[in-house]
Amino acid sequence: MGLPDDYRAMARIRRFEERLTALKDAGEIPGSIHLCNGQEAIPVGAARTLRDGDYVTATYRGHGWALARGVDMAGLFAEMMGRDSAVNGGRAASPYLSDPGRWFVGENSIVGAGVPIATGAALTAQRTGSGAVSVVSIGDGAMNQGNVHEALNMAAVLDLPLVLVVENNVYSEMSRIEDMVRVRQLAERAAGYGIPGRVVDGNDPDAVAEAVGEAVTRAREGSGPSIVEAMTERLVGHYSGDAQHYRPAGEVAAAREREPLARIRAAADADLAARLDVIDAEVAAEVEAAIAAARAVPYPDPATVKEYVYV
Amino acid sequence: MSESLRYIQAVNAALTWALDSRSDTVYFGEDVALPGGPFGATKGLHKRFGSERIFDTPISETGFLGMALGAAMTGLRPIAEIMYADFTFVAMDQIVNQIANIRYSSAGRWKAPLVIRMQQGYSPGACAQHSQSIEAYLAHTPGLRVALPSTPDDAYQMLRTAVVSDDPVVVAEARMLYPTRGPVRTDAPVEPVGGARVVRDGRDATVVAWSRMVPAALAAADELAAEGIETEVIDLRWLNPLDFETVGASISRTGRLVVAHEANLTGGFGAEIAARAASECFTDLRAPVARVAAPDVPMPAAPALQKAVVPEAAHVVEAVRRTVNR
Repeated sequence: MGLPDDYRAMARIRRFEERLTALKDAGEIPGSIHLCNGQEAIPVGAARTLRDGDYVTATYRGHGWALARGVDMAGLFAEMMGRDSAVNGGRAASPYLSDPGRWFVGENSIVGAGVPIATGAALTAQRTGSGAVSVVSIGDGAMNQGNVHEALNMAAVLDLPLVLVVENNVYSEMSRIEDMVRVRQLAERAAGYGIPGRVVDGNDPDAVAEAVGEAVTRAREGSGPSIVEAMTERLVGHYSGDAQHYRPAGEVAAAREREPLARIRAAADADLAARLDVIDAEVAAEVEAAIAAARAVPYPDPATVKEYVYV
Repeated sequence: MSESLRYIQAVNAALTWALDSRSDTVYFGEDVALPGGPFGATKGLHKRFGSERIFDTPISETGFLGMALGAAMTGLRPIAEIMYADFTFVAMDQIVNQIANIRYSSAGRWKAPLVIRMQQGYSPGACAQHSQSIEAYLAHTPGLRVALPSTPDDAYQMLRTAVVSDDPVVVAEARMLYPTRGPVRTDAPVEPVGGARVVRDGRDATVVAWSRMVPAALAAADELAAEGIETEVIDLRWLNPLDFETVGASISRTGRLVVAHEANLTGGFGAEIAARAASECFTDLRAPVARVAAPDVPMPAAPALQKAVVPEAAHVVEAVRRTVNR
C-alpha cells in the first residue's frame, strides 16, 4: 500500500460515482442515490486495516465502502440500474445493497440501524473466536439516533470487536451538525460509553488508516469497541437532486481544494502527476468496462418477484 | 414419551433443548441469564450453559434485536427475548425494516435464522403498555413467521420449530396460559413450520382461534354442546404461514365461521380470516362471519374495566349462537 494505491482506490470510487450521476441523469439509474464524493479517503484508509473475513456495515452513502472492500464494480452498476445483478438481483439498489461474499453486511437506508446489526456481526466474531472485527460506518447525523446509542453501549459492556467510524461531513442530511449537538466533536461521546474515541482528518487515508488500525487492533485483542470520528466534507448534496440551497456560497468550492484526490494532486511533482494521469486513465477504462458489463446484465424476471421472501 | 409440564416449563424445556442440541444458538434479552427471566422461562439455563450461550443485555430492544440480526446473518442462531410484547414497538425498525427484509433484499444471499420470543395479552391490573396482543402488526410484514402456541405441548414444539427454521420467527406466547399444565411430547421430532389444528370436531359452526382464545373457544364449545350446538374449534397456531386450507375445509363442513382473538377488533388478524372466508368460501357460508375481539379501546388496568373489554368463552358462545340461529 502507499500513495499510488490509495489514489487508485479513491479514484475508482470517485469515477464510479461521477459516472453513476451521469447515468442517473441519462435515465439509466432509477431512484435516489447518495454519493460519498469527497469522503473516499475514509473507506479506503479503513479498508487498508482489514482482512478477509472482517465485516463492514455502511449506510446508504456506502458505495465507497463496497468498492473499497472489493465488491464487484460491474455488479454494483447493474444493481443500481435495476438489473438482475449478482449483487442483490435488483432487490436492493443504491441505498441497501450488500455482499456476503465480501463480508459486506451492507448499506442501510434507516439512519443508524446498521450499528446494532454490526454489533451482531461482532458478537458472532467474538463467540466463534474467528478473530474478525466488525467495522461500521455512519454519518454525523446518525449519532443522534437511539439505535446507535443502544448498540454502542451494548458493544461496550460485551467487549465486542466493533469499530464505529463516524464520517463527519458537517451535514446531518441537510442541516448543520453543529445545530444538532452540544458537543464540539462527536467522538467526545465515547467517554459516555467508557470506550476510546478519536478525531482524525478524514481526507487523509494515512490518518484514517492509522486511527482505524489502532481501533481494529484493540478490537481484535478483545479489548472492545472504539469510535473514530473522521472529519470530511461532502462535495455534493445529501441525495441526487439536492440543490444545496442551505450551503453557504463558496463552501463547496473551498471543499474541492481540500478533498483527498485534489490534495494528492496539489502536492504531486511532475513525475507523480504523470503517474496519477496513468492511474486516472486506467480507472476510467475500468469504470467504462464495468458499465458495459452491467448493461449486458438482463433485467430481473417479474415472475421471480415473490422469490426470496422465505427460505 | 410425554411429560406433564406447565406452559412456562415447556418453554424452558424447549430452550434447554435448543442450547443443548445446537451449538450455534445463543440466548439474550433483559434479565434472562442470572435472574432467569421474570416468569422463569430461562430458569437454570445460565447455570447450565454459561455466559457464552445466554447473557443479559442492557434495556435496549432495538440494540439487541439488531444484534440478533447481525449475528444470524453471520452464522449464529440467536434467540432474543422481548420481555413484554408491548416493548416490541420501540424496536419495530429492526423487526420490520431490517430482520424481515434482509433475505429478500439481498436476493437470498443472506438469511436471518433467528427467533424473537415474547409473551403477550392482558392480565389483571396490567396497564395498556403491558397488555396488548400485537400479532396483527407482525403478521402484516412479509418475511416474518408468526407463531402463537396455546398449549404446553405447542409451546415446546413450536419454539423448537422456530429455532430450527432458517427464517426469522416471532413466537408470541400467552402470559395468562403460563400456569396451565398439559402433556408435552419431549421426544417428538421437530415439526415443520406452520399448520392449523382442528382441536374439536363439530358440524354446526367453525370457531377459529389462537393463543388464549383457544381454551376459551373449547370451553364455549362445551357449553354450546349442552344446547345441542356442535362447534368445531380450530387452533390456528401459526398466522404465518397461514394454513387457510384447514379453515376452508372446516367451513365447507359447517357453513358458519366465528373468529376469536384477544386483540382489538379493527385490523385484527380476524379480519384477514374473515376476508379469506368471504373470497374463498362464499358459497359454503350460510351466515355472516362473526368476530370475537376486544373493542377498539386501549387496555384499561382496573380489573372491573378489563372485564368489560377482554373476550372470554361467553363471548364465543354468544357469537356462535348468533351465527347458528341465522
